[in-house]
Amino acid sequence: MSDHAHSTVGLAHHFDDLEQQKESGTLGMWAFLITEVLFFGGLFGAYAVYRSSYPDAFMRASAQLDVNLGGINTIVLIVSSLTMALAVYAAQKGSKGGIIAGLVGTWVFGAAFLVVKYFEYKHKWEHHLIPGPNFLFPDAHGVGQHGTPEQLYFALYFAMTGMHAFHMIIGLVILVWMMKKARRGDFTVHNYALVENFGLYWHFVDIVWIFLFPLLYLIGAHSGTPGAPH
Amino acid sequence: MSSTVLSPSAKASPSSPEGERKTFLNADYGWKSWLFTVDHKRIAVLYLISIMVFFLIGGTFALLMRAELLTAKGDLFEAETYNKLFTMHGVVMIFFFLVPSIPAVLGNFLVPIMVGTKDLAFPKINLLSWYIYIVGGAATLFVAITGGIDTGWTFYAPYSSTYANTNVAGTAVAVFITGFSSILTGLNFIVTIHKMRAPGMTWFRMPLFLWAQYATSLIMVLGTPVLAITIVLLGLERVFHIGIFDPALGGDPVLFQHLFWFYSHPAVYIMILPGMGVISEIIACFSKKRMFGYHFIAFSSLAIAIFGFVVWGHHMFVSGQSAYASFVFSFLTMLVAIPSAVKVFNWTATLYKGQVSLETPMLYALGFIGLFTIGGLTGVFLAVMGLDRHVHDTYFVVAHFHYVMVGGMVMAFMGGMHFWWSKMFGRKYPEWIAQFSSVVVFVGFNFTFFPQFLLGYMGMPRRYHQYNAEFEVLNVLSSAGASILGTGFLMTICYFIWSLKWGQVAERNPWGAKGLEWERAPSPPPTFNFEDGERIVVTEDAYAYTHEEPHGGSLQEARK
Ligand SMILES: [Cu+2]
Repeated sequence: MSDHAHSTVGLAHHFDDLEQQKESGTLGMWAFLITEVLFFGGLFGAYAVYRSSYPDAFMRASAQLDVNLGGINTIVLIVSSLTMALAVYAAQKGSKGGIIAGLVGTWVFGAAFLVVKYFEYKHKWEHHLIPGPNFLFPDAHGVGQHGTPEQLYFALYFAMTGMHAFHMIIGLVILVWMMKKARRGDFTVHNYALVENFGLYWHFVDIVWIFLFPLLYLIGAHSGTPGAPH
Repeated sequence: MSSTVLSPSAKASPSSPEGERKTFLNADYGWKSWLFTVDHKRIAVLYLISIMVFFLIGGTFALLMRAELLTAKGDLFEAETYNKLFTMHGVVMIFFFLVPSIPAVLGNFLVPIMVGTKDLAFPKINLLSWYIYIVGGAATLFVAITGGIDTGWTFYAPYSSTYANTNVAGTAVAVFITGFSSILTGLNFIVTIHKMRAPGMTWFRMPLFLWAQYATSLIMVLGTPVLAITIVLLGLERVFHIGIFDPALGGDPVLFQHLFWFYSHPAVYIMILPGMGVISEIIACFSKKRMFGYHFIAFSSLAIAIFGFVVWGHHMFVSGQSAYASFVFSFLTMLVAIPSAVKVFNWTATLYKGQVSLETPMLYALGFIGLFTIGGLTGVFLAVMGLDRHVHDTYFVVAHFHYVMVGGMVMAFMGGMHFWWSKMFGRKYPEWIAQFSSVVVFVGFNFTFFPQFLLGYMGMPRRYHQYNAEFEVLNVLSSAGASILGTGFLMTICYFIWSLKWGQVAERNPWGAKGLEWERAPSPPPTFNFEDGERIVVTEDAYAYTHEEPHGGSLQEARK
């Protein structure tokens, strides 16, 4: 691989130069992220409608979540964004080892997030908090009730965090592929658009969580209703 | 976003030993060279074949419906079967024909050539979008064969989520999948138009077709994901009964309507804006005149795309939404008439004192202007809340949107296919047969749908397989018209296929048209669109027609 400024390694046939290719990739990624905003936007819209219809039920339902686990996961995810940013920085400097270290770190923290999420979901399952015919929400006396408005909260909780987790899983798969490319030395100082664009994606997924955490976990934190975290 | 597509062996040389010029069609042979192609022109051809299959399927459903409605009694199909027919007709025609028709076929073929580059920004993603479309289409056909779906193409909850006994979940999956093909196409066009324009191709030198594709792509990218998440929620409700659209559990079915129409009203503009782009190209070429009010037409496309996102509530005047919301939606809906009218007035002004010639594309374009105007103006009727209460869910609505969708988009698609056919395949279709069949299509269309305005105004509700005897005469007229319309389409398909082998070989610019695809690219273009090594530099505005221009393209004779 030459060190000439006008390297064409990795240049696709239909682009004039690497700059055009890079700009196109970046614009494409931003346009894709806008579709993602609209995709999650539908869920946030439904959340807004039902929370304004059932504010008390949402607070009671939210109190069933474990704020500590959610908080830990928030920190884990922010750290993974930091390692991702470090991978992009390493790519700009042309440090192959730096890129790999950054990507591996991102993968580890992303996977840790999903593990925590798994235990949270398992807890909901054991407490009959999965929406559907078996949903039971404890009333003031601790007796499980069917079909209460709290179910709407959990429907949105699972739809929103589920979609978010799905995006994380896709991200982890892409990370593995990028680690392989990084080991092969595919990323150079002139051609690291992929790392940068994946970084945009990862930060986006992170930001979605930054909105989900307060909207789902924190609204019930001070409600003091029975059945609060254990 | 992978952009590491490596060069597909570029075998395009000006002339092969046999003296045959290499084009994108004969650059490579065999089914693999088509199914794994990343050439935007080949992908356009793949799309053309597949959407024609769905057009014929959707058209068959329509003809079966018209056969049932020939008599007032429900004597041909059960009510349930009829419900499935109109649902499948809507699903197939909207998601598998109208939405991809012009963008995925003509857009795919023309956008890179019109901006003066070799391919779309993401060729592999372009191919992926076709595969996604095929998977979604196959899933829909599977649903159709294994029992169908009867909810109407709008999938209104709670009927779809709780009560329907048909395959709602399967259809939801199919439509969800297909949405991504549309998103990817839109994304590709946006990036290509932003980043891949040839030197000198400024925004205001772009053909109006590109402006229309750009506006359409914005809607695809912004609207389709909302449909996707709506369908996810519907599927969750249907399969797990999570309650989100179920009033018994505190959910709100009207929320489904809001989410659904947030996409599906803008989708109407996905289905009409590209057609408007085609009409602009045809009107300018067959008037041999500069486009009157170029900037106004360009910006009206963007205005329609933007207004389109704030008018969805006009589908819900009788849903129980607040009267104030209805008032605002009604007002905003009427505003959409302004950019639409701007286009119609500028097209007619372009015709004025132009050297108008009436070849087939122009006949379709003139048909489009008339029919779209009727469809658009009846849309303003429907935006009036009082009148909408009277004609809501009647054939008036059916006639209105068919005037826009068929009278508008299908006419534009037909016009565009005739206009660019020789560019795509290097052969001319037989002109006088085509002119004749365009008249057949026009007559058949009006016989089919004009009576439905009257029926709707008289109060005949849509979506019933039987009706009161007083509506029979007009229904017979409509069914007769449908058979004429169907004949017109079949004739067109036949002579198009015929022309591939026996049509007259087309020169580079048979219409004497302006534009990179006519002046700089051979018919059909080589794999990389322009002559080997030619670097496109644009030095003049779009539609730089002069009145002295000789007709017939003698300035640029095609190289044989
Ligand atoms: Cu609408």
